[in-house]
Amino acid sequence: MNCEECGKRPATLHLTKIVNGEKTEYHICEQCAHEKGDVFTGFHNFSINNLLSGLLKFDPMQKNGRETATNKPLQCETCGLTYSQFSKSGRFGCSDCYTFLGDRLDPLFRRIHGNTQHSGKVPERMGGKLKIRKELEQLKQALQSHVASEEFEKAAEMRDRIRALEQKMAQS
Amino acid sequence: MSQKQFMQNPWSNWMKGEGPDSDIVISTRLRIARNLRQHPFPLLATDSQGEEVVRKVTEVSDSEAMRKRHQLQVIHMDQINPLEKRVLVEKHLISPHLAEESRKGAVLLREDESVSIMVNEEDHIRIQVLLPGFRLNEAWEIGTKIDDIFEKNLNYAFDETRGYLTSCPTNVGTGIRASVMLHLPALVMTQQISRILQAINQVGLVVRGIYGEGSEALGNLFQLSNQVTLGMSESDILSNLYGVARQIIEQERVARTYLLEHTRVSLEDRIFRSYGILMYARTVESKEAAQRLSDVRLGIDLGIIPDVSPLVLNELLVTTQPGFLQHHAGQKLTPDQRDERRARLIRERLRVVESQE
Ligand SMILES: [Zn+2]
Ligand SMILES: [Zn+2]
Repeated sequence: MNCEECGKRPATLHLTKIVNGEKTEYHICEQCAHEKGDVFTGFHNFSINNLLSGLLKFDPMQKNGRETATNKPLQCETCGLTYSQFSKSGRFGCSDCYTFLGDRLDPLFRRIHGNTQHSGKVPERMGGKLKIRKELEQLKQALQSHVASEEFEKAAEMRDRIRALEQKMAQS
Repeated sequence: MSQKQFMQNPWSNWMKGEGPDSDIVISTRLRIARNLRQHPFPLLATDSQGEEVVRKVTEVSDSEAMRKRHQLQVIHMDQINPLEKRVLVEKHLISPHLAEESRKGAVLLREDESVSIMVNEEDHIRIQVLLPGFRLNEAWEIGTKIDDIFEKNLNYAFDETRGYLTSCPTNVGTGIRASVMLHLPALVMTQQISRILQAINQVGLVVRGIYGEGSEALGNLFQLSNQVTLGMSESDILSNLYGVARQIIEQERVARTYLLEHTRVSLEDRIFRSYGILMYARTVESKEAAQRLSDVRLGIDLGIIPDVSPLVLNELLVTTQPGFLQHHAGQKLTPDQRDERRARLIRERLRVVESQE
């Protein structure tokens, strides 16, 4: 497969962009990527900065002038990175950027990963709390259905378990 | 192992073992990206902030829990010279970014070099596991246990919705990048490779050629890795990669059998010509070396060349790289000098193997 930019050299960089479930693929060669301002020092360092900022430039939310309307640039309060700086570099400044740039990131994640929600490993420390929270949700649903079907003994049992879990949550 | 030995030994110990499917899968690599909460990412960090991260990470690597499993040696990037860095890059132990651009970068290396942990690369911590052959699950087991030890002692940047928070949005979520290095000469010779590469793009995986001076895949080596890190669990990512790699391995085997059955003479001719050139040439460019070594490797795997260990080829892939050649020579070399040394190195190595038999 040849490069989509120059059409001459073989394409060695492949990027899949996903917009609303629709996939678009880019295939370009290293040299063209270079000329577009990318830095390639080796295959391992496959940098997609440039392509990434290409994706960010088409952010529809940026076009409706929200930033200028509020007159206050979207910015990370911890490290000071603004959304427009982020869209140029394609890199976050600190882990709080994820909070402050918030919802703006969803379209980007959807394009890169086809998804916005993590569903993998959870650090053990957080794992405990997360697990309890999930269990609580399930118990509350069970409680409601027992109440609805007038199974009050079972409902009382659920209520006690919920209380115990809530205490455990408060302690941890 | 001393710092010096890491540089001089062309072998990472892991290369000596032959893993499953090692006729096609050269190596399996797993990388886990992690960051510390309340520390700016390395790209923005000041020197003293970077130093603090190195201190915190090395403290954990010195902890009893870690030492029980892994003896890790710390190498600080500002304490080794550019050539030594390049050797580490060619051995795949550090990235070019850590070697060239990071400030206060460091790497924690396990003696057998199957584990290397980069500190202050693009992310604070990048745990890398490198194993010979096709061993995705084993690589994950090793990596995730190291991750657990760090997690117990450090405050990771993690978010319930986004998962592990990384410097680049392409790594967020699981933070894992798993890859296998595949040797696919028969799929290249039968011109099926581009069809396969196209199909791979459609399942959230990506393929790259191994590094080289040119842009194309050197020596018919391809690195297959996952592209998506958010929204898929680690086991989904690994089994997806496993399944696709499995299929490619089978297709390569079919193509090899086809070539043997239908074009045996011309295949043998090609392999022995390459073998002959490597045994006698006085100067070899890196690109040609990679191609010829690929032919010889195929000859070994098909039983056409009986007396050479495929492991010698793995070794030569590393030692014929520019950084290694120059480090071995103890001086900077011009491209011509490198081509000459490369030819000599290959000749000597193949002869040693032959005379041992
Ligand atoms: Zn091009
Ligand atoms: Zn920030």
